Amino acid sequence: MVSIKDLPEKEYVLEGNAACPGCPITIALRTVLKALGKDTIITVPASCSAVIQSLYPKTSFAVPTLNIAFEAAAASASGIEAALHAQGKDDVTVLAWAGDGGSYDIGLQALSGALERGTNFIYICYNNQMYSNTGVQRSGATPYGAWTTTTWTGKKEKQKNLAEIAMAHDIPYVATASIAYPTDLYRKAKKAKGIKGPKYMEIIAPCPPGWRFDMSKTVEMARLAVETGAWLIYEFENGKITFNGPSKGIIDGSREPKPVEEWLKMQGRFRKITDDDLKEIKKELKDGWEFYRKKSQIF
Amino acid sequence: MKTTISYPTKAGMGKTGSWRVFRPILHEDKCIKCWICWVFCPESAIKRDEFPKIDYDFCKGCGVCANECPVNAIEMRREEK
Amino acid sequence: MKVIDTANNIAALAAKMARPKVISAYPITPQTTIVEKLAQYVESGELKAEFIRVESEHSAMASCIGAEATGVRTFTATSSHGLLLMHEMLHWAALARLPIVMVNINRAIGPGWSIWSDCNDSIAQRDTGWLQFYCSSNQEVFDTVIQAYRIAEHKDVQLPVMINYDGFILSHTSMPADIPPQEEIDAFLPEYSPEWKLDVDKPITHGNIIGPEYYMEVRYDMHVSQMKAKNVIKDVDEEWGKKFGRSYGGLVEKYRCDDADTIIIATGAIGAEVHASVDELRKKGEKVGLARLRVFRPFPKEELKEIAENSELIVIDRDISVGMEGAMATEVEATVGGGIKQFIAGLGGRDVTHKDIIRMYELAKENKDGWYSVEVE
Repeated sequence: MVSIKDLPEKEYVLEGNAACPGCPITIALRTVLKALGKDTIITVPASCSAVIQSLYPKTSFAVPTLNIAFEAAAASASGIEAALHAQGKDDVTVLAWAGDGGSYDIGLQALSGALERGTNFIYICYNNQMYSNTGVQRSGATPYGAWTTTTWTGKKEKQKNLAEIAMAHDIPYVATASIAYPTDLYRKAKKAKGIKGPKYMEIIAPCPPGWRFDMSKTVEMARLAVETGAWLIYEFENGKITFNGPSKGIIDGSREPKPVEEWLKMQGRFRKITDDDLKEIKKELKDGWEFYRKKSQIF
Repeated sequence: MKTTISYPTKAGMGKTGSWRVFRPILHEDKCIKCWICWVFCPESAIKRDEFPKIDYDFCKGCGVCANECPVNAIEMRREEK
Repeated sequence: MKVIDTANNIAALAAKMARPKVISAYPITPQTTIVEKLAQYVESGELKAEFIRVESEHSAMASCIGAEATGVRTFTATSSHGLLLMHEMLHWAALARLPIVMVNINRAIGPGWSIWSDCNDSIAQRDTGWLQFYCSSNQEVFDTVIQAYRIAEHKDVQLPVMINYDGFILSHTSMPADIPPQEEIDAFLPEYSPEWKLDVDKPITHGNIIGPEYYMEVRYDMHVSQMKAKNVIKDVDEEWGKKFGRSYGGLVEKYRCDDADTIIIATGAIGAEVHASVDELRKKGEKVGLARLRVFRPFPKEELKEIAENSELIVIDRDISVGMEGAMATEVEATVGGGIKQFIAGLGGRDVTHKDIIRMYELAKENKDGWYSVEVE
């Protein structure tokens, strides 16, 4: 089990980039690329990451990066992988690095196709639960009750579960992670690198301007999401689901999750929720844990 | 042949240290070298030296390092104008 | 080797012989047999390539872009709605300067569903930056697919190429074709050497944000490259002619134009039919010729100005730019300065025989033109 001080020092996300101060995406990508190393090609659809790279003729990403249209991340990854395989360069990792917009919604078709085809790549969805890059509009990953610029009175639907959809494709590895647990994220990315076939990972990425919280609290939000059970971190491999960190205790019942209000009240996007909304949110969480409790008994 | 090919460089957006309102100050006497500040810096602006070394040319002053430091060794101090 | 086969099978054979390393395609009538043939070639080991069985045409082009950007030659094929679906990615491939070669079977657009030939699908892509060829015979399809790689990958061009031919009229009709041996194709078409690629030893980023102070030069360079492609197309066709005994006149195939009072301009299957109309009219003493637009992008301005000097022009469009006129007629008129006769014919696969073309010639003589078999009889 690697510790923080053992993580490689080399940086592939360079300083002086265009990310907002306190951005969770660069925190996540720094750790992921430390795990994957220099022999990585990434494909980035329209998303915050497309902007974070800075402007031509400079880039802040130190691995070969293909920017691609919003819906096409996974499809372009299939192409890159096929070309590498055709040239015998199977030691190069292909990483699709997409936001929840490019994964849950417009990019879902391409993702499903690439997973079903067995493309040998890692698909990572960094999930800030909305279309952050274009100004905080709702996405299929936006949770119930959240304010966004297209759900001014709060989203009326609960979010999709894309990790479940990925699992339904019967791929060798699915994992969820949080930037607050960097060694767990590092381990998962490294493990994914060593597995052949399609791998899906999803990282909760709390967005200060989008969720409306102070930029110094990004990692704290990502930790609280897990400690309240609002975000579960787990791995699905060889037909078995294993929970990690605080999620383990929350699912097996040995750990009381922190009250979700603690997490909600820190975010301006939940400022206007009613008591009924809160009841709904708590019920939804409980149902989710129960679902995974049962699932972990079967799988 | 011209197409949008960009080359990796620091300072893609210039010296982003100019974005700062608050600057993190590390009190080395308190530092336990856990490197938590280093792993969480969104800017890759903390380098690993004998102690964490903050690159003020690029630090955007987000305060994540100060918020995460387990021993409160980092103080966020307002930049003088 | 002489074969008698459909344009689709011949296109698949040409694609195979061009030795792409990645093929990515989604089936759509009437392109399906190309995809099926290529899948057979790959699975039998005859073609050493990766075949990505994508889930849509948009993904077909996106994966060709990913593959070509990683340094290998690629191929794809589509038609009609499939071409329309990949429109965004056509722009992307051209702006990324990736020399992808694609066969498009011309097929009308719905609703209602039409599986028959017309050119609205490819005409709607004329602004994308792709070079566009229109073929009139299965032999030309084979020759043009190979030539296309030479042209696309040429250092002065570096743009993707689309090869169009009529759905069913060519795609599913058997015609004879002469297929050169693989060694001669290899000699004509050297290994792909990319101008840029994704390489872990030389990391670059492609396609990040580009400000107004830089963007226009990227567009200008594309445009200049298409202009330069005119000479490349002519040279490649001439070289092909010397090696294989067949060439197509570069950008425009001229047939009996030298002393023609009237020249008919058309493409594709209609263009092929015009040969017969010209011969029949000539027998009756009419001095008429054919200028078949083999290439629509880059638009052959110089050739058209030349033929317009001493002849009246009749343009037959198998397409309509709704609200204006036939797209080819617009471009011909803009080049030669007016006074042309223009017909819209054959939309949705309505048959255009050599007799119809003769009728159009006669109508033009009576100073009539327009929508053939709809407005004007």
